[in-house]
This record gives sequence, structure tokens and C-alpha cells, in this order.
Amino acid sequence: MSRRAILLAALVLLVLWQVASMLVNKAILPSPLKVAQVFITELNDGLVTHFLASLWRVLASMGLAILFAAPAGLILGQSKSLDNVFSPMIYLLYPVPKVVLVPVVLLFLGIGDLPKITIIFLILFFQILVLVRDQAAALRPELLQSVCSLGAGRRALFRFVYLPASLPAVLTALRQSIGTSIAVLYVAELFATQKGLGYYIYLNGSTLLNYPAMYAGVVAMSLLGLGLYFGVDWLERRLTPWQMAT
Amino acid sequence: MIHVRSLTFAYPNNPPVFRDFNWQVERGEAWAVLGPSGCGKTTLLYLLAGLVFPSSGCVQVDGQPLTRPRPQSGLILQEYGLLPWATVRQNAELGLRIRTFYGPDGKHAPEDFQPTVTVDPWLVRLGIDWLADKYPGQISGGQRQRTAIARTLAVKPDLLLMDEPFSSLDAPTREGLQTLTLELAAEQGLTLIIVTHAIEEAAIMGRRILLLGTPPNTEPTIIDNPGAGQPDYRETVGYLEMCRNLRSRLEAL
Repeated sequence: MSRRAILLAALVLLVLWQVASMLVNKAILPSPLKVAQVFITELNDGLVTHFLASLWRVLASMGLAILFAAPAGLILGQSKSLDNVFSPMIYLLYPVPKVVLVPVVLLFLGIGDLPKITIIFLILFFQILVLVRDQAAALRPELLQSVCSLGAGRRALFRFVYLPASLPAVLTALRQSIGTSIAVLYVAELFATQKGLGYYIYLNGSTLLNYPAMYAGVVAMSLLGLGLYFGVDWLERRLTPWQMAT
Repeated sequence: MIHVRSLTFAYPNNPPVFRDFNWQVERGEAWAVLGPSGCGKTTLLYLLAGLVFPSSGCVQVDGQPLTRPRPQSGLILQEYGLLPWATVRQNAELGLRIRTFYGPDGKHAPEDFQPTVTVDPWLVRLGIDWLADKYPGQISGGQRQRTAIARTLAVKPDLLLMDEPFSSLDAPTREGLQTLTLELAAEQGLTLIIVTHAIEEAAIMGRRILLLGTPPNTEPTIIDNPGAGQPDYRETVGYLEMCRNLRSRLEAL
């Protein structure tokens, strides 16, 4: 997608927002210009700290999820017998909406970053696990046999076949999960914290009734999601160039 | 070079494909294994490659029973053998990279292996040097098979095993690659075994032809084809007679 098309879409959305705010004409829907002004002011007044706290939680969750789920997916994709053991469990757990576990995770892990990172980790973990497992299992036996015939044992197969083959699955899983992760981040940051965009949005929207600041938080959270989305796009271009080329 | 002794092989819960089967290949010979679908010709190739193992009996290469793929054997399949995420050059380097990865352990790489990833001469010889930075998805089927051949020859095999390598290619590309393969096999002194269901291909490629029929295969049916590999053999009466002969022998099996 071209940058021009994205900019144009952003412009259209801003115009629609402006029109909607003029039609509604109430404090609960300020104009984008007003929100932009407050956004810039709030940047110097703690919004950056909240943004960084949220960014850290998402990135840590992503890193941990890749670290645990990608190897687990590769192992299950390679081993039919292990997959037969774990598949029923994954089948049952995968569709459970992880966001309902927020109170449980908070009860077990208490306050601080850990429960928030854990809950996003759980979402990403299953998404990456399932996609990487399916990708590894779908590798054609002919491909594996021809690489084996070149002398590859299990270690070389992992290095030269399974690892690069799983990269697109990891990136696809991340891309698919970014929206859900940010949504769950918001819910997770409503509890037991005074840092993070979720807390910031809720505080300004429900307690301080400072709607422009609340919208500035919403914009920051959207930018967080967009930034991650673009980041995954960039990684995809860098790490999986063959997909772009073909 | 290859001794197949009292080979019996069956896939789980299936009748045997080979039963007490014996066969022998001398160094430097060019063999075609011909037979209809399901006769066991690909299975035989995989047994020779050390990718599957006999239920009883044994496959010996250079006097050693095969217990795993042999570093000096090269295998080329019909398709899907190339890594889609690697360029032509990276694919051609794969065998050398795997050997460098393990080092000269005598198991994954020959004990006299000198770590190197130079494949340029092979890319040039196969006429694909100008495609070095392309991905398999960006090149034609013939160019993909040239890449697979470059990858296999780069590891300096003494035995080249090919499983219907040209069957998905158009006729001119197929004929070009058949000729090139015979040239390369002669140049490198390779023992060549090509599995095919195409009578014409067997007649062109195999100086000796092993016919397989409906399983279980018990006795090898071998036809000598001394004209194979000679220039313009395709245009000769001998070639046409060999094709007719093979067709009638196959129908009789």
C-alpha cells in the first residue's frame, strides 16, 4: 500500500471526525484540531510516559510470546506424536477469550507490569503457536527430504528450513494480534496501575471528564497500534523479502 | 557401487513393494528406472538415498549398508526441492552451508570436506548465473531444476539420484535438461540413476534400464540400451526401436 493512499485515508478520516464533531456539537466529541492541540500539550505533561509504559508492556509481551511460542510451534509442527498430545489442549484453550482472565491473572500476579504483560502474552502465545505449528507441519515432505539428502540432520533442518519457514507465520500472527493486544492492554491498564494509556484514557474520560485529553489518549493508543503494525510490515519486508518478490 | 541384497520393503499396513529383490549398479553407469505409477520406483530411489530403510535385506553403497543419507549422494526431485525463501544462489549454496554447519564429521559431510560456499562456477555452467538473486517463485520450472542440479553438483557427489526431475517441464526444456544432465554426469564421472514413468526419457537417459511392474517386485527386469547418451541418439532408428521395445515390455509386466 502506498504512503500516499494511507495519508489520503487519514485525511478523509480526519474530515469525517471534524464533520461528526460539528454535527454533534458537544464536549464529548471535540474536533480533531482541538484534540491535536491538547495532544501536543499533554506530550509535555505525562502522555509520553504513559505511552512508553504501554509500549513496553506490548513489546515485552510480543518478545516473550515469540520466545516461547515459536519454538513450541516448531516442535509440535515437526513431531506428530507431540502434536497429538497437545493439540486437544490447544483446541480447547485457543478460542477462550483471554481478556476474561484479566481479573484472575491480577489476583494471581498482583499489581505491576507482570499481570498486564502476561495477559497480552497469553493472547499472542496461542496465535503464534498455532500459526507456526501449522506452517511447520505444512512443509512439503519433498522439501525436507531433499534437504536431508544434502546431509541435513535435525539441527540443520531447524536452522535452514524450519526457522526461516516459521518467520512469516510469526509475523502474520503478530499482525493479526496487534488489534486484540492493544484492546486487552487497555482493559489490563484499567486495574492496579497509574501508568499506561489505558489508565490515562479512563482517568480523563471517566474521572476528570477532560474529553480532549481523553481523545489525545485514544489517538496515542491508535498511534501505538499503528506504529506496531508498521513495524511488523517493516520487519516483513526486511526478513521475508521472498514474499514481496513473488 | 550399489548392491541391493534380498531387499524386502513394505509401507506400514500395506503389501510389500519389494520382496527378496536383488540389483546391482556399477560405478559410472547411467540407469533409468522405468515403471507405471505405484510400481515402487520412487521408493527404490528413496531406499538408495537412505531416506527410507528396508524391512529386511540391505542396500549397500561402496560396501557400506545405508543407515542415513550418504554425503556423497545427490538427490534431485520433481519439484518443491528448493527453499522458497532463498535465492537461486543461496539455494545452490545450501548443501555446502549444511556441510560447513556440521564440519567434516564424515556423517553429514565427508571427512575431507573443505569449508566453502563457492557456487559461481556451477551457476555459470548451468546457465543460471544471471538469476542468482531471484527467488524460486520468480523463475521457470526449467530454471528451478537447473538450480537444484547446481546445488547437488556443488557438493561433488559421486552418485546422482533423480526422481522424475523433468516431468513437469515442457518438451524443449525437458530435452535440453536431459542432454545437460548426461553431459554433466559424464564430465563428473557420476553414477546416475533416474526414475521416470516416461518411456522416451528412460530410452534417452538410461544406458541400462530397470523395469518395475506391479508390486511386489521380486526379480529385476533389465534392458541394455548402449546407444543412450550418444549425440543425436534421439534421432536414430535404434532409439525408436528401444521405445517400442520398452512399451511392449512394460505392457507385458
